[in-house]
Amino acid sequence: MSAPAQEPTTTRTTHGIAIEDLRIGLTSRPGVDVVDDIDLVLRPGEVVGLVGESGSGKTTVGTALLGYTRSGAAIERGRILYEDKDVLGLPWQQVRQLRGEEIAYVPQDPAAALNPSIRIGRQIVELMELRGIGTAESRLQGAREGLAEVGLPNDDEFLRRYSHQLSGGQVQRVALAMAFLPKPKVLVLDEPTTGLDVTTQGMVLKTMGELCRTHGVAALYVTHDLAVIANIADRVAVMYAGQVAELADRDTLFRHPSHPYTRALLDSIPHLSQARALRGIPGRTPAPGARPDGCRFNDRCNYAVDECRQGVPELREVGPGHEVRCIRVGEIGSWDISRGTVPDTDPNKPRDIILSIEGLGVFYGHKQVVFDVSFDLGKSEVVALVGESGSGKTTISRAVGGLHKEWTGTIAFEGNQLGHGSRKRSVSDRKRIQYIFQNPYLSLNPRLTIEQIVKRPMELFGVASGRKATERVVELLDQVALGPAVLKYQASRLSGGERQRVAIARALAAEPDVLVCDEITSALDVSVQGSIVELLESLRLSRGISMLFVTHNLALVRSIAARVQILNAGRVVESGSVVEVMDSPKEDYTRRLLANSPAID
Amino acid sequence: MSTTADAVSVAAAAPRTPSTFQKALKQKRFVVGGVITVLVALFAVFGRFVAPHGQNEVVGTPYSSQGALGTDYLGQDVLSRLMYGGTEILVIALLATVLSTVVGTLIGVVAAYGGGWWDEVIMRLNDVMLAFPQILLSLVVLTAVGQPRAWMLVVLVGLSNAPRTARIARGVALGLVSRDFVHAAEALGEKRSRVIVAEVLPNMNAPLLAEAGLRLTFSIALVAALGFLGFSTDPSAANWGQMIQENRLGLSTQTWSVLAPVLIIGLFTIGTNLTADGIAQVTQRGGDD
Amino acid sequence: MAADTSTLPDALGEVAPPKGRHGAAAWASWVLRRLGLAVLTLWLVSILVFVATTALGDPVRAILGKDYNSDKARVAQLTAQLNLDQSLVTRYFHWLGHLLTGDLGTSIASGGPVSQLITDNVVNTLVLVVISAVVMIPVAFGIAMISTNYRRRRPDTAIQTVLLMLAALPEFVIGILLVAIFSTTVFHWLPAVTIVSPGVHPWNAPKTMIMPVATLVLAVAPYVSRIVRATLLEVLDSDYVELARLKGIPERVVMRKHALLNAIVPGIQVIALQLAWLAGGVVLVEKVFNYPGVGNQLVDSVNNHDVPMVQALSMIIAGVYVVVNLVADLLSILLTPRARTAISA
Repeated sequence: MSAPAQEPTTTRTTHGIAIEDLRIGLTSRPGVDVVDDIDLVLRPGEVVGLVGESGSGKTTVGTALLGYTRSGAAIERGRILYEDKDVLGLPWQQVRQLRGEEIAYVPQDPAAALNPSIRIGRQIVELMELRGIGTAESRLQGAREGLAEVGLPNDDEFLRRYSHQLSGGQVQRVALAMAFLPKPKVLVLDEPTTGLDVTTQGMVLKTMGELCRTHGVAALYVTHDLAVIANIADRVAVMYAGQVAELADRDTLFRHPSHPYTRALLDSIPHLSQARALRGIPGRTPAPGARPDGCRFNDRCNYAVDECRQGVPELREVGPGHEVRCIRVGEIGSWDISRGTVPDTDPNKPRDIILSIEGLGVFYGHKQVVFDVSFDLGKSEVVALVGESGSGKTTISRAVGGLHKEWTGTIAFEGNQLGHGSRKRSVSDRKRIQYIFQNPYLSLNPRLTIEQIVKRPMELFGVASGRKATERVVELLDQVALGPAVLKYQASRLSGGERQRVAIARALAAEPDVLVCDEITSALDVSVQGSIVELLESLRLSRGISMLFVTHNLALVRSIAARVQILNAGRVVESGSVVEVMDSPKEDYTRRLLANSPAID
Repeated sequence: MSTTADAVSVAAAAPRTPSTFQKALKQKRFVVGGVITVLVALFAVFGRFVAPHGQNEVVGTPYSSQGALGTDYLGQDVLSRLMYGGTEILVIALLATVLSTVVGTLIGVVAAYGGGWWDEVIMRLNDVMLAFPQILLSLVVLTAVGQPRAWMLVVLVGLSNAPRTARIARGVALGLVSRDFVHAAEALGEKRSRVIVAEVLPNMNAPLLAEAGLRLTFSIALVAALGFLGFSTDPSAANWGQMIQENRLGLSTQTWSVLAPVLIIGLFTIGTNLTADGIAQVTQRGGDD
Repeated sequence: MAADTSTLPDALGEVAPPKGRHGAAAWASWVLRRLGLAVLTLWLVSILVFVATTALGDPVRAILGKDYNSDKARVAQLTAQLNLDQSLVTRYFHWLGHLLTGDLGTSIASGGPVSQLITDNVVNTLVLVVISAVVMIPVAFGIAMISTNYRRRRPDTAIQTVLLMLAALPEFVIGILLVAIFSTTVFHWLPAVTIVSPGVHPWNAPKTMIMPVATLVLAVAPYVSRIVRATLLEVLDSDYVELARLKGIPERVVMRKHALLNAIVPGIQVIALQLAWLAGGVVLVEKVFNYPGVGNQLVDSVNNHDVPMVQALSMIIAGVYVVVNLVADLLSILLTPRARTAISA
């Protein structure tokens, strides 16, 4: 956790920027808003975190600061005050003038941010060149300084590169340098570290924080990751369904969250230091136009009463700088960050090994990517494979799951050697080891109904067929908290979390003993991740299923796994019980990984 | 974990997604094109039953103004010949389209799914066929043949279209075979043929349909062109393409003898192309234009 | 009606760039590999042409028609001329050998050497194709950019619908319609048919070139225009263009520098495909206007069952097709930085 920012001495924004009563609606559906009633002040040198899950409208608010909305949306009401001017009221030429020079933007997807056909040296200075700022030499000098500031090389060779010749982290840092070059006063960052490795993420965040403080920039950091916010933001605004649910400075938010949504969100986030029983939030985030009457969270809220449906609550101040949009603040009791803590798995518990991997080497053609990996998995146990991208964790899981054929070594299931690839395995082996994919939007056949998808493994493995099978499908869907109504749906009608549950139901349909879960929550919102983890835990206890859980999120490992293998560049760096590895890591790499993982506690 | 809350919320989920056909009906092009195509097709098939005269019946002097559209180079009634002249074109083009779609799709999907060596070899051979401008292949084969038979034309037109369909099918299939749900089926140990039929092909419906529509357009044009060049199954029978060439010399005296078949061929291809584009719009993100 | 350009080959996907070498050597080996593939394709095409013309049906019977049964002497003469007494394979290599040394054989219909008979026509067709291409490119790009300017509004939709309809029409339909409008029925400005004395090139009487060129342009431009527009739209919606706008770059510069640059490569591929198509599509257009080119000659030769002529002309047309595709591949790789660096890496 880093030090808090300077206390602001004025309430008036002489620099900085303020959003007042902002409402952005859909052009195709009048009366429907994307975001509503947004008030936010950003002061120079301060980082404000704008947190929300998908559908919260946070990105829309972010780009509105530049006077920009995506096509299909329009600003209906509100002001954005910058240096005593209302950005939204300015003629567009002046707005364009502001952009880049005074109000800058760092986008989410590094690869898409840079033009693939223009060298990065040119792109960095492009804006200054167009505005006629400085001379060619001074611009180039500024570019070099900017690159040095973000920790990148600044020699000619680097400037001549194209964007595809840089790594994701490098591209993102170039984007940062590009944004900072004209020395803007306001900076909007849109989840700029999503998809980056934890180590790279740490570096980018640190750089960004330093740049903001050094240059006195007012920054808005838009993200879904509360853990990141806990480390870099001075103040936090939590958004839900287009409105600000809670606004507070960082310490207050994490110690005394007052809105039920904020609390539920914090309940679903795993901690590095302690295992937790993660929970999700029932239901799904409503889309614009489908939001409930009254408080937008009331249909999913544990504390909702009838009055909550009567009208939209106002954002009320409940403490210095702390505002909450809930009529039941004060009635719903206190909250503690260590709520939901459960004991870590006992490292000395006896283990009944069912899957054993020895000397595993995995190849892509001639290239070896995994070297001499050995570990085992016990009954009713979760073993986590952790590493950054390129560490080989997914490759190992695919080899175990039968999706990848080119490997050497031994994978033994209950003593029997498994074949290379699913087609070389016996029906029984295929049945008892099931694989769940990362992206729920791609792992279900869009043309089939849910019933067909979940039924198929049953038919294939002779578990059941016909009407009996359909009955079982309904049972399974119930276990993954989906009602029988979805039987005839196609996958496109379900949300990401719901689709992943279907994928889990499909895996369970084969009545397996081992589930190989390949980053199955990485593509999901954090509260949805919480509910999936809750589900997996209940399955483990009720059915005794073992799981091989691949992830890059160390905090998640703490809450879900008993044992962990830390992987780097295809080798096991450290392995052992979760408690031991995470509390007393022996290897430098593990320590570095733990240090770079943003922690909430 | 409460199940009822989820069930309720899920029941309120997104409305049922319409089928490809329903989505296509929303596109103006599809509707307009479809209507035109159907009308011309009906005319081509059933016209002969309501024609005022026989297709070889001489009703007057050559290039006269007798009859609704006048007479042709032999004095036959242009309107009647117009009503007879589309059947062969339509039937051959339709059969050729079916042939090229089936063959092309199979080639493309097998190449994409098989990957590696299979893909290389199949697509190289495909490229050889693609190196032929469509009409060239037909002309080359027709050199040694006297009067082509109908099945020959079907095979020629179909085979010259198949490589293009194969290219498209392979492109679409490539995008599908690397998707996780196909891997999921393979992990379950599904037979390869079943994976192709049950997982890959059903997801290719819309692009394949659009491509088939395009193939139909080209097939009609090719068969009409071959007729124009004199390669039809029966030189005396009415054939829209052939009629254009037959009556060339009468372009100034009895324009309709040339213009009528020209216009109806044009109308037909416009209809099929608009329909095909309407379907293609459905598969594009949010519809292009 | 133009060839379909829905089949844009992915130049990089077609041939994986070589690994493990640097700079010029890598380039050379990649170019050689592409060339090799083109040669292989042409060779397979030659087999196809040869087999198709001589092995399907009986060419002698086709040539003589009814006289086959009566004129035995002619049958024998033709059989000897076409070497039909030898095996297919021997005949093929004979023919291929001659082809590679420049001997294109003797025409059956006229008795003269094929190479002499086709030279003039090859030149005429090349001129026609080149002029058409030169006219077509700015027209297609211009319409695409105008349409993009009005994107998704009425003018755009109207233009696209018109282009779709034009694209649907077979080229001979377009040709005849032009003739009907401008030569015979409505206006009498232009000659309906190209009548030139042998030895005189059509471009010496420019009026005769106008309609054939116009037909080809009308047949090809719609497709190119639609694809260029589609690419432009895709680029304009891309993330990096959005970022450029958010950086405050003026729209003009966004369009020119960021968008157009990335839209050119697919544009070139399309143009090349269309040029290659023109090699075949020119057949019908030349027939409509009786233009003295290879297309017209090819049709006559097919009608006369003049096997050597057909073989020679087909190889030339197919050859042009393959060469133009190869050049397009090279150009698109050269213009895509990602591909360029992939190759020299």
